[in-house]
Amino acid sequence: MNAAPGSDGPLLAVSALGKRFGGFVALENIDLTIAAGERVGLIGPNGSGKSTLVNCLCGTLHNETGTVAFDGRPLDGLIAHERTRLGLARSFQLPKPFHSLNLIDNIRVPLLYTVNARPGHHLSDAQVEARCRELLHEVALADKARRLPRDLTQVEMRKLELARAVATQPRLLFADEAMAGLSPSEVEEIIAVLLRLNEQGITIVLIEHIMRAVMSFSTRLVVLVAGQKIADGMPQEVVRNPEVEKAYLGE
Amino acid sequence: MRIGVFWLVAAAVGLAVVVLTRFYFTNEYFFFAAYVVLQYIVLSTAWNILGGYTGYINFGTGAFFAIGAYSSVVLHKMPALLKTFDVVIPAIPLPVMILVGGVVSGIVGLGTGYLTLRLRGVFFAIATLALAVVVQTLIVNWDFVGGSRGIYMIRPPKAPLGGSYIQYLYTLMMVLSVISVGIARWIERSRLGLGFAAIRDDELAAEAGGVPTLRLKLIATTLSGALMGMAGAPLPYYVTYLEPASTFNLAYAVNSVAMPVIGGMTSWVGPVLGAILLGTIQQLATVTISSALNLLIVGLLLIAFVIIAPNGIVGLVQARRRRRAAAGEARAEQRAAA
Amino acid sequence: MVSLDLLINAIVAGILLGGFYAAVTVGITISFGMLDIANIAQPAFILLGSYAAYMFNSSFGLDPILVGIVMLPVFYVIGMAVYRLYYYSFELRGEQAIQGLAFFFGLLFVAEVSLVLIFGVDYRFVEAPYTEGSLHLGMLNLPFRMLIPFIFSLIMIALLQLYLTRSFIGRAILAVSQDGLALQLMAASPIRIKQIAFGISVATCSLAGTFLIIIQPIEPSIGRDYIGRIFAICVLGGMTSFPGMVVAAMLIGIVESITATFYGPSWAPAVAFGFLLVTLAVRPAGLAGR
Repeated sequence: MNAAPGSDGPLLAVSALGKRFGGFVALENIDLTIAAGERVGLIGPNGSGKSTLVNCLCGTLHNETGTVAFDGRPLDGLIAHERTRLGLARSFQLPKPFHSLNLIDNIRVPLLYTVNARPGHHLSDAQVEARCRELLHEVALADKARRLPRDLTQVEMRKLELARAVATQPRLLFADEAMAGLSPSEVEEIIAVLLRLNEQGITIVLIEHIMRAVMSFSTRLVVLVAGQKIADGMPQEVVRNPEVEKAYLGE
Repeated sequence: MRIGVFWLVAAAVGLAVVVLTRFYFTNEYFFFAAYVVLQYIVLSTAWNILGGYTGYINFGTGAFFAIGAYSSVVLHKMPALLKTFDVVIPAIPLPVMILVGGVVSGIVGLGTGYLTLRLRGVFFAIATLALAVVVQTLIVNWDFVGGSRGIYMIRPPKAPLGGSYIQYLYTLMMVLSVISVGIARWIERSRLGLGFAAIRDDELAAEAGGVPTLRLKLIATTLSGALMGMAGAPLPYYVTYLEPASTFNLAYAVNSVAMPVIGGMTSWVGPVLGAILLGTIQQLATVTISSALNLLIVGLLLIAFVIIAPNGIVGLVQARRRRRAAAGEARAEQRAAA
Repeated sequence: MVSLDLLINAIVAGILLGGFYAAVTVGITISFGMLDIANIAQPAFILLGSYAAYMFNSSFGLDPILVGIVMLPVFYVIGMAVYRLYYYSFELRGEQAIQGLAFFFGLLFVAEVSLVLIFGVDYRFVEAPYTEGSLHLGMLNLPFRMLIPFIFSLIMIALLQLYLTRSFIGRAILAVSQDGLALQLMAASPIRIKQIAFGISVATCSLAGTFLIIIQPIEPSIGRDYIGRIFAICVLGGMTSFPGMVVAAMLIGIVESITATFYGPSWAPAVAFGFLLVTLAVRPAGLAGR
């Protein structure tokens, strides 16, 4: 379903990325490599720059310094929708559904504008409809296909948010705090969805505060504090890192 | 119904109305009034493509409308001007003027959009307000089209299609109405329309979802501006005396906002409904009350609807239908439980 | 050959005009720059101020600036009422974008048409000792009708700046403009603060309107010329900075004045629009998605 990686190098290569807002340095000298198939957890205190980093990588914000390469291809100058079409997707921290469209159309929009906008085989109307239903089914929202987003519960909105990102057939997905404010069983639901997606071949970066979820999900852990990366490695080792303990260890 | 069928039905309705009215109405006044209502159908539909579908509000309808009107003036005077250089061209037919008016207005829409659409919608709206003033300033200072004194436009002696010239203008405006409604309906059901709706609902999410938001917004502004320009192109022949004060009358700006808002912004039905309703009422009212009072009422209605019924008449009808359906379901459940 | 005398007087006239433009814009700097409310009906409130000055001046012979000051509380209350309506109709529902703009546009329009119905389209003016005559300083010619509003404009802006930076409510307004959440944590209600701020922004129109009718005769459609100007000045001045706004206002005033002197006054409105477009094109980074 998802194309195999085209090169042998890392899927995402971030080098010396920096971002400032006026005089405020939000990100400084961030280096990060992500290989295909990984499950990377990105943690850090509030305001450490996690969302800013995601925004820069996805093209919503423009980083002043540093380079980003996706599957060997430099992303400089590409704006958000172009990066999405290359295979970088993200879900938003606060779900941003298209509130006047029903769930099927919410999935249809990204599908039509990525899968059907890439060179090569395009899906027919019937295939698009079928694929939308399939995606809704995968997040257990198929029976609400014709409803509007305002009729959804919190966890359902989060799942819709993920489904929309998956509709773009990404190679790399940034799940930005997809579990904030959910109950433990709801958190499990979302983790299950993300694991399934990873098995299907999607590399996932999970930005999250809920440590239990991050530890159980991630094959690698990256820690951001005050705009700088202070740790990057196996989850067990990273949490034992004294700097990480000092700067940030939520429960 | 499929879009091809819709076009046929719309064209048939338009044709039927034109033919029937030409037989039944011998008083020219009907055609004068109907022209204005049809003109508002085009203006409202055009406005709504950018406003209701895409979520970007345009306060400068007058500018695009006037550009269409004044480009017709230029084309009208072209043969005489070129004759002084010993270049002979025939008089330019009105349908060609309409197309040219559309192209020029479309380009202005594209330009305004390109300069402001990378910013928030507020700045686009403000720019359109200022644009109206600027275009008026340019026209007022341009003697070739009459400047502030205005210009007389003599209608051709014979109207194509037989009948009076006003009937010809009325028929042309009907064609434009059918075209603009057809375009609006096509957009609604197309991938383009879905992209517009996504931009309206959440532009950031749309962009992240692969929608080329800037490109789509520019398409909307260009299309909207072009249609408004086309609606304005026949105006000089309608009024025969064209001057800036009335051409840039705020009536066009407020009506093209009020009609979709009051009719309903989510589909092609709303602007048509609003145009027919408000347009007809205004045409009837100008005989009895002053045009200023007329416009005051439209303005107050706009404010009232924006506050109380932001989805317009169409929205109210849909809400009532939903409530009835929900009530019906509730009653059915009660009966099943009993 | 450009006459130096003419040029210098055009520049000086532009500076005086700029001072007045700053007074016209300060309300928008507060409502749009600080509160993020695109009050495009601002010119309507200014015209109301002008016509109020006209009424009391022509009927009772009162000094227009005095009228402007006395009417401040009235305009303040009107501003608060408008904000309440705006808040309950739009901000609360979370539907700010298109409906809010349409609302203010409706207000602008209704105001202009009402003024036409009440006062007609004839030009109106006020009479006061300073509407005639000028101050001569060497080759400089400073008309009183521009100098007096200029002085009072700067006084008004200075007083507002003091209020915003020194008083409790003023500082709360500045805080709200940067972070409404922080204010909630301080147990001050952002809604009340915004209401006060919006009230102040409309109150400035009382005086700004008075200055307008002193400088030139007015009629209802003049408001439209000012929309491009005030937003251009606000944006060019950095959205929230009073000093920036004053500088931007003077810049636009000077360019307009030079254009009017050498190319004719009918081109002046286009100048502000040109500025607006240039500003939007050149400074998008600070404006995109605040």
